[in-house]
Amino acid sequence: MSALQKMMGWVDDRFPLTATYKAHLSEYYAPKNFNFWYFFGSLALLVLVMQIVTGIFLTMNYKPDSGLAFASVEYIMRDVDWGWLIRYMHSTGASMFFVVVYLHMFRGLMYGSYRKPRELIWIFGVLIYLALMAEAFLGYLLPWGQMSYWGAQVIVNLFSAVPFIGNDLSIWIRGDYVISDATLNRFFAFHVIALPLVLIALVAVHLVALHEVGSNNPDGIEIKKKKDANGIPLDGIPFHPYYTVKDIVGVIVFLMVFSAIVFFGPTMGGYFLESNNFIPADPLKTPPHIAPLWYFTPFYAILRAVPPMFGSQFPGVVAMGMSIVLIFFLPWLDRGKVKSIRYRGPIYKLMLALFIVSFVGLGYLGLLPPSPVATIIAQTFSVIYFLFFLLMPWYTSIDKTKPEPERVTG
Amino acid sequence: MSQEADGQKVDTRKRKFLIAATSAVGGVAVAWVAVPLVMSMLPSARAKAAGAPVEVDISKIEPGMLLTAEWRGKPVWVVNRTKEMLDLLGKHNDKLVDPNSEQPQQPVYCKNATRSIKPEFLVAVGICTHLGCSPTYRKEVGAEDLGADWPGGFLCPCHGSRFDLAARVFKNVPAPTNLVIPPHQYLSAGKIQIGVDAKGA
Repeated sequence: MSALQKMMGWVDDRFPLTATYKAHLSEYYAPKNFNFWYFFGSLALLVLVMQIVTGIFLTMNYKPDSGLAFASVEYIMRDVDWGWLIRYMHSTGASMFFVVVYLHMFRGLMYGSYRKPRELIWIFGVLIYLALMAEAFLGYLLPWGQMSYWGAQVIVNLFSAVPFIGNDLSIWIRGDYVISDATLNRFFAFHVIALPLVLIALVAVHLVALHEVGSNNPDGIEIKKKKDANGIPLDGIPFHPYYTVKDIVGVIVFLMVFSAIVFFGPTMGGYFLESNNFIPADPLKTPPHIAPLWYFTPFYAILRAVPPMFGSQFPGVVAMGMSIVLIFFLPWLDRGKVKSIRYRGPIYKLMLALFIVSFVGLGYLGLLPPSPVATIIAQTFSVIYFLFFLLMPWYTSIDKTKPEPERVTG
Repeated sequence: MSQEADGQKVDTRKRKFLIAATSAVGGVAVAWVAVPLVMSMLPSARAKAAGAPVEVDISKIEPGMLLTAEWRGKPVWVVNRTKEMLDLLGKHNDKLVDPNSEQPQQPVYCKNATRSIKPEFLVAVGICTHLGCSPTYRKEVGAEDLGADWPGGFLCPCHGSRFDLAARVFKNVPAPTNLVIPPHQYLSAGKIQIGVDAKGA
């Protein structure tokens, strides 16, 4: 026995290192027919690590103080060696996180990855998405620019629409009567420690649940139903080395896109970093046009599409909340006989297409200033968005599906 | 409610009761410890003290112009309304949600047609009652982007809420109520104090 094997044996007697490595990498059997859409899970993990590392280095120079915050970000950009790169990696990482997460979620929709037995993976995933939205929102206040300030003002005021306790609730969240130094300080605390801990824990349970039931695949069939004599799925291949190598290709392509943004267009024309945010926060003056960052705009458009009712704008807030809550129930709303879009009937394909058009359309409308025409279009898209979920039990059960194959089709 | 242990019957009822009681008491303790943490997020004594009244010199506001003062960190507008502006106020009551200011969005001494103590001076908190943006002062009557029947007022840039020059909200906009009129009083003809109710009110 070599010295290395002896050492591994010593560790394994005290900690399940080899067993964990086997369970999650070398003997975790993933379906052999993964395609392009299966890059985004590992890419999301990569971006999470990048955000944590760049975030740690940003906190070394950032000052969470309403009098100093804006200048400290400019200090990072101008005077700290390589500070501009770290900050642009972090700001680009935030938007790219949502790009990969949205594509990852769309993959789940297409191939029915939320269906039994993967309901908990889906729920943990939606919780990750929620935590990510909170993390992005809290982080956006920190540069203390005009958009930081007024964006936070609008979102915190959503809570004041809650009947009876709303006003006290929003004061409690802010720690003041308006967004102020107290708010900045607590948002910093939540952004750098509380939510990252929650995110990491959720990612861990997301992966543990995934590795317990096994990955879905583009055919939406269970590879565990056909096993060889050793109990290994016939259509499964070990995650390492097969998919680690495949994912590295995805990582390289992703990093090419990422670097191009960081080096050539870090503001992405105002979509990743809004121009108004290069003006220090002014509590007395709202910029002429404010819009949240692109990844929030679909929900923001739903919020704006609902008119106030009974002298309260709470219905809009409820609609926005429901648009996210409904995602949790997807595993139970879908009554289709098959999981994957490949074997679904025309109705589901049409509904999914309409849903994507509505979601992207709402995202676009949320960026625009409010106007009567835009409001009517946004209301139409909002109705389609909700009907995709609410009518799902009906249209998935009457849809004409094709028979699923016995084995994956590659 | 019993199980075998070492060949003897064990009564688990007492055990279950003790587990439940310990959990309940532990839960109460956790709730008590959470109270100071939650309370620490309320406005501090310093933040509360910063809500003191402010004095504003309004003698230099030209007719038709707006001055923004700061009170409790919020913008407070003082508008010196001209005679023409005041004349237009009563002509669009049918388009307003709350033309007679029935909602308690103002002190009682400002529950009148102009929502002010002196007709010409409007004092209002410049925070939209929708989601807290600060509306823009748009005094030009019939402004091109606001329609020919625009009587002058305030437009919220965030979600398009519209208010007239008495800070009353128009119908069919996101904001549900009129803008807030803060408690204020006149110290002299050219000076007001915001944050204190008018004397005798």
